[in-house]
Amino acid sequence: MANTHNTHESHTAIIWKVFGFLSLVTIVEVVLGIIKPASLHLSNFLGTSPLNWIFLILTLVKAYGITWYFMHMKDEKKWFRRSVVWTGVFLISYLMILLLLEGNHIHEMLANYANWDY
Amino acid sequence: MEATVATNEHHSWADDKSEGKPLGASYGKMMMWFFIVSDALTFSAFIIAYGLMRFKFIDAWPIADQVFTHVPFVHGDFPMIYVALMTFVLIASSVTMVLAVDAGHQMKKNKVAWYMLATIIGGMIFVGSQAWEWKTFINGSYGAIQMNDGKIIQFVNEAGHQVALESFVTSHGSERAQHTRNTGLWFVTEAAIPEFTVAEVTEAFKKHPELSIRTEKTDLANKTKQILPRDAGLRYLAEAKAVVNGANLKANEYGKTLFADFFFFITGFHGFHVFSGIVFNIIIFFNVIVGTYEKRKSYEMVEKVGLYWHFVDLVWVFVFTFFYLV
Repeated sequence: MANTHNTHESHTAIIWKVFGFLSLVTIVEVVLGIIKPASLHLSNFLGTSPLNWIFLILTLVKAYGITWYFMHMKDEKKWFRRSVVWTGVFLISYLMILLLLEGNHIHEMLANYANWDY
Repeated sequence: MEATVATNEHHSWADDKSEGKPLGASYGKMMMWFFIVSDALTFSAFIIAYGLMRFKFIDAWPIADQVFTHVPFVHGDFPMIYVALMTFVLIASSVTMVLAVDAGHQMKKNKVAWYMLATIIGGMIFVGSQAWEWKTFINGSYGAIQMNDGKIIQFVNEAGHQVALESFVTSHGSERAQHTRNTGLWFVTEAAIPEFTVAEVTEAFKKHPELSIRTEKTDLANKTKQILPRDAGLRYLAEAKAVVNGANLKANEYGKTLFADFFFFITGFHGFHVFSGIVFNIIIFFNVIVGTYEKRKSYEMVEKVGLYWHFVDLVWVFVFTFFYLV
């Protein structure tokens, strides 16, 4: 909120709720990481396994929880929030897309020349 | 006297009575956020560089479940458990931090101090766990052979489980003594000579028909490492160059050296952030105790250092995903 000096009510209830939620998400990730169900792990969906997509989405959900509720981004002014989040998301997506495509391309070029036969 | 008054944070935009603070944020908080943005870009550049190399060697990248399998005081294979514990410790210390900020808004000095102390202890447990993880990774668990072209080959039994070199190789005594500074050139250091030689390992492999060789190559259909037939394994062993124990920046018994390089660099950089976060937290903790913020009538400093602390937790969430999960 903009005027934090006037409102002093405690937010402990929501903090513990977010903690419970983040712990639950971590437990789900760890259980899936140990079991690795073959149907999710060995199939392919949009370039990688569905299991990897689940991990990536859960990671972003955790990042949202930490940023919005622990770092109080929820209570900041809209354009302050956007100046931080949009900048980061745009630049990181840009670099990530370029370099991962490039890595995939290098792999396709070089993998045929790697020797696995002695 | 004006120059020595430290109880008020004074910035030029605090004088601007016409419009108030830009975007409703204090100077310090806004700058902490913009620092976090730049630090996030640094971290993402490192992690994306790791992604680039991983995609380049997608069919030969180590499988995390075969690398990080140890839990302190327990024998056996337990992938994920230890790092899950570390993640939990860091999330818990994030919670005590945000509770300290919350107590600060209500001007409850004692509560802020206790929560800060809990946060500092949580951070120390995390850094200690990270040190243990490094130690285990550096010492290694099974030992492997490095080939002339740098590839790593490991030994597995009939069930496909990796076996340690010392469980089947017998040493005939080292070929030569370890060079130390007091017995040779004082300005030259030498890495520890491996317990076994390549010849001893090859000989032992020939004597143990139940063993096979596992290569770095990943079978992408079932995401396991390729296990060679015995005769092919012997041809691989003929190309052996060195015995590797554990991981460092030059060789890595678990596979690609790049994996170890990125692991040390990224978790090391993150660990350094946790360490500096602990130092900041300790400074603020003592300020809370001596009543600095009580006099200032604002605990915003706790909030700012809290932002940094949560950011460290945020980065760990991504490191956890990219090194251990996907």
